[in-house]
Amino acid sequence: MSSPAPVTDWVHDFDHTDPRWTEDPFPIWDDLRTKCPVAHTSRFLGVYLPTTYEAVKEICHDTECFSSRRVVVRNFRPEPPPPAPPITSDPPAHKHAKQILLPPFAPEAVTKLKPRIRTICNELIDGFINEKGCDAAARYTRYIPTRAITIMLGVPEKDGDLFIKWIHEILEVGLYDDAAVMQAVREMVAYFAEQIEARKKHPTDDLIATLMNARGEDGQPLTDMHVQGALRLLLVAGIDTTWSAIGSSLWHLAQTPADRERLIAEPELIPTAVEEFLRAYAPATSGREVMKEATVSGCPMKPGNMVLLSFPAANRDPAVFPDADKIVIDRKENRHIAFGVGIHRCVGAHLARMEMLVAIEEWLKRIPEFRLDPSGEVKWSEGSVRGPRQLPLLLGRT
Amino acid sequence: MSGTLRIHVDPEKCQGHARCKSLAPELFELDELGNAQIIGNGAIPAGLEDKAWLAQANCPEIAITVEKE
Repeated sequence: MSSPAPVTDWVHDFDHTDPRWTEDPFPIWDDLRTKCPVAHTSRFLGVYLPTTYEAVKEICHDTECFSSRRVVVRNFRPEPPPPAPPITSDPPAHKHAKQILLPPFAPEAVTKLKPRIRTICNELIDGFINEKGCDAAARYTRYIPTRAITIMLGVPEKDGDLFIKWIHEILEVGLYDDAAVMQAVREMVAYFAEQIEARKKHPTDDLIATLMNARGEDGQPLTDMHVQGALRLLLVAGIDTTWSAIGSSLWHLAQTPADRERLIAEPELIPTAVEEFLRAYAPATSGREVMKEATVSGCPMKPGNMVLLSFPAANRDPAVFPDADKIVIDRKENRHIAFGVGIHRCVGAHLARMEMLVAIEEWLKRIPEFRLDPSGEVKWSEGSVRGPRQLPLLLGRT
Repeated sequence: MSGTLRIHVDPEKCQGHARCKSLAPELFELDELGNAQIIGNGAIPAGLEDKAWLAQANCPEIAITVEKE
């Protein structure tokens, strides 16, 4: 298809796939925030864009007017939308669907994975540490969450490449191409059906088994549709988000020697810095469907529209964060909502945090000196998840 | 001003971000779903006031309050 028309009026005609948004969305959001708390576009069948922390939070908490049945803003809206519980669930069904997934993603449970993630990071670093430079997005950040999720699901590590292909089809190609989404969903259903069948013969102790053995509120096993939808969610939400967050952190550190030196001298500060990277470079933007007429920050919102729920825009709101546009790695007060807020708080938040922490710790231990390669180009992903997909770095003091 | 400094978690608001547990493990624990619980009766022992404040200041759900009794 032809490219969408370039945006000339971000207040009334924004487009979250415009190349300027992909390259550097922050000035766009900052400008919108001063003009109106909620922008609108008739592109993508009608979408509102709140840019303040307050408006984003209010929408997250109002599950009656704003449904999660659709969480990705695309150019089409199939009816019914394919479910991926609990992210696409509304109350009252949401609560139980979420509770099934909370224990395996609780902080203590993900801490058990930490030594394996550390080993994975070091193996990846071994692969390029003797080179002058590397594309850190292609050779490091990409593989950390991918391998983590294959371990948790109990599937072969090599299947990670397939997962990345599906995610690209669903979250990038699929913004304009319904057939690409449907094809990816069909392939994922077939993949997980095979995994489920194998576990019926040889039971396992992994996330696929957790969902197969889980019971609904009625005490009955979950429907195939529920199990399949939840597995698609874990796969789609757990990879390119964390890939992006680690990548953006390294992108920042590559350009900020003072922060790098401080984190090397004070590694106990890294968890605080991780929260700041999450605030400033929150990778995930979600969505809601307007179900009932509502007024948010004085702006009327009408059913038939979607809401582009930009956590990264909310996290840059100067009304909540002093020096919102600066990266303050020891920021003390940080109520960022990179993982959302309210009942849909990201179930994988603690896993993502642990992966970011370990990935940054191990990188700084072994590669204390690095910078952007001026002869290369940083490329950012498009759409709902933002992070570097190409991150050429020069390693060492060369 | 004297009086005991006491911390409270609103279970209706808590969504298990667990920021409090990371910042003040002496004051908070998590239940099996990962939601925050106060350790003990919520009275903040001397020396942990700053940690209590940090936990309160980093809860995205504004579920934590620190009050003087």
